[in-house]
Amino acid sequence: MMRPDLDIIQHWIAPGSRVLDLGCGDGGLLEYLKNTRQISEIGLEIDANNIQKCLSKGVNVIEQNLNKGLQNFGDKSFDTVLLTQTLQAVNYPDVVIDEMLRIGRNCIVTFPNFGNWRSRLYLLRKGRMPVSKFMPYQWYDTPNIHFCTVRDFDVLCREKGIKVITRTVVDHLHQGNWYIKLWPNLLGETAIYHISR
Amino acid sequence: MPKTIPKDSVGIVTPQCLHFDEPLTLRSGKAIASYDLMVETYGTLNAAKSNAILICHALSGDHHAAGYHTDADGKPGWWDTCIGPGKPIDTSQFFVVCLNNLGGCAGSTGPTSLNPETGTFYGPDFPVVTVRDWVNSQLRLMHRLGIAQWAAVIGGSLGGMQVMRWSISYPEKMRHAIMIAVAPKLSAQNIAFNEVARQSITADPNFHNGRYLEHGTYPKKGVMLARMVGHITYLSDSAMREKFGKTVDDLTNPSATSPSIKSNFGRDLRSGKLSFGLDTDFQVESYLHYQGERFSERFDANTYLLMTKALDYFDPSVDYEGDLARTFANSNCRFLLISFSSDWRFPPERTREIVDALLEARKPVSYLEIEADQGHDAFLLPVPRYMEALTTYLQRVSDEVNSQGAKS
Repeated sequence: MMRPDLDIIQHWIAPGSRVLDLGCGDGGLLEYLKNTRQISEIGLEIDANNIQKCLSKGVNVIEQNLNKGLQNFGDKSFDTVLLTQTLQAVNYPDVVIDEMLRIGRNCIVTFPNFGNWRSRLYLLRKGRMPVSKFMPYQWYDTPNIHFCTVRDFDVLCREKGIKVITRTVVDHLHQGNWYIKLWPNLLGETAIYHISR
Repeated sequence: MPKTIPKDSVGIVTPQCLHFDEPLTLRSGKAIASYDLMVETYGTLNAAKSNAILICHALSGDHHAAGYHTDADGKPGWWDTCIGPGKPIDTSQFFVVCLNNLGGCAGSTGPTSLNPETGTFYGPDFPVVTVRDWVNSQLRLMHRLGIAQWAAVIGGSLGGMQVMRWSISYPEKMRHAIMIAVAPKLSAQNIAFNEVARQSITADPNFHNGRYLEHGTYPKKGVMLARMVGHITYLSDSAMREKFGKTVDDLTNPSATSPSIKSNFGRDLRSGKLSFGLDTDFQVESYLHYQGERFSERFDANTYLLMTKALDYFDPSVDYEGDLARTFANSNCRFLLISFSSDWRFPPERTREIVDALLEARKPVSYLEIEADQGHDAFLLPVPRYMEALTTYLQRVSDEVNSQGAKS
């Protein structure tokens, strides 16, 4: 099954374009985009098992830690740069966003919205960092070290002068109803941004 | 000593010597009028001739990459860990071709061959051959075998450099390039080690300016030294500690608990005590002597000199003002590159230079940096993650071959 954010993303990818996926996991998204959008793809990944899965899918994968920089990628060398559900796990999210906008003509960023009412309620009621099926880690062992909310990301885009082409916020059924559109930061679970300079 | 041959071996193989009469013009401008190439093949070429893989050997390799020559063979070919039925380079799927490169000493025309012009051994008169020249000769072999396109060209170290040259010179003749433990060109340090090796050989009194065969002798000591220094660069510090640090308990106080005392840094002694003389005290010394000795018995000194020169001269970017990305502009295959963490001869950063150039050239490329302790030598060893990656990648190549067959 496709992850909620991935189905929406494919509509923003031009057929035949060149796509870089930072933290591409098992290569599932790139494989899907190869089949539906005939992209030429490069994935970046550091987990050996995931890299192996990419190879078995025939997805081009480079073993590279994006926390150590992306200087080896040229300016505007890709049509689209993807960062799906990885923003919260990188050391310097703002630097990664800057680099993505340098490398890609446009970028797609998705992240779990920490401003969701469930997180707020959990913290309010229990006074402890939220643990859920979606975020199953304790505060001390989580790879997610930079959680942010939809509003936080909006502010970052404004401060950096980043153009938000489309912002879609969905719930766990990846539906964006009128009430989610009205209160995205409260009701949205996954934020999906299509951005450029 | 008869032995049973493992099930996943290609079994008993017989090399064949192919003769080529058309002169081969070399990069130096010289030409070889005619030459022989020693070749081994494993597996079966399919009807579409689309399942052929070329294996390029490194400095000390030859055509004998897999299997055994006789029942009595103690050791299989140099890449037997990778080539065979069910192995990463699966001979039940692929037709695998490996040859001894020109200038070699395992049957192909080289310094130990007779020069038809003089009637004596080529010796030092054998022209300097480059990676480009080898690839040109491999192209002729390809035509001889009736193969129009390799499913993949694969090689490690100097072999990987031949793969790189194939992808640049003959982009339409291959679908996949697999380069392992490779660099886009040698560093000053690499060349320095090669020069020490060459000086060891040429300074041997038995070298006779390369005409030792005519003098009925051989610069054995020089070749030993060359191999010893080379061998050090193929291993890693930690691999040597591991390999020669087995008798920790004999050397340390058994009641010691500090881990630093429990490690002897690979300083195993050969006979249990120091000689306080110039005898061989440590295991690592006798190991190097043994490796050098064995190598000197099978490898020709002039060939060693030629191979190190081919390494030193390799730099495909020379035709493109040093721009490696432009060098790959016409390449038309998919690339897989693999490096090993402890390789200090061609460390991961050097392989990354190729990966980055391919990215800049917008070529389809995958790259793996394998955690391995064995240094440069890791490319010849069955490192699990490395074997899995090759198996998986080549399975896709095999699927491609089969689906093409289904279409036609």
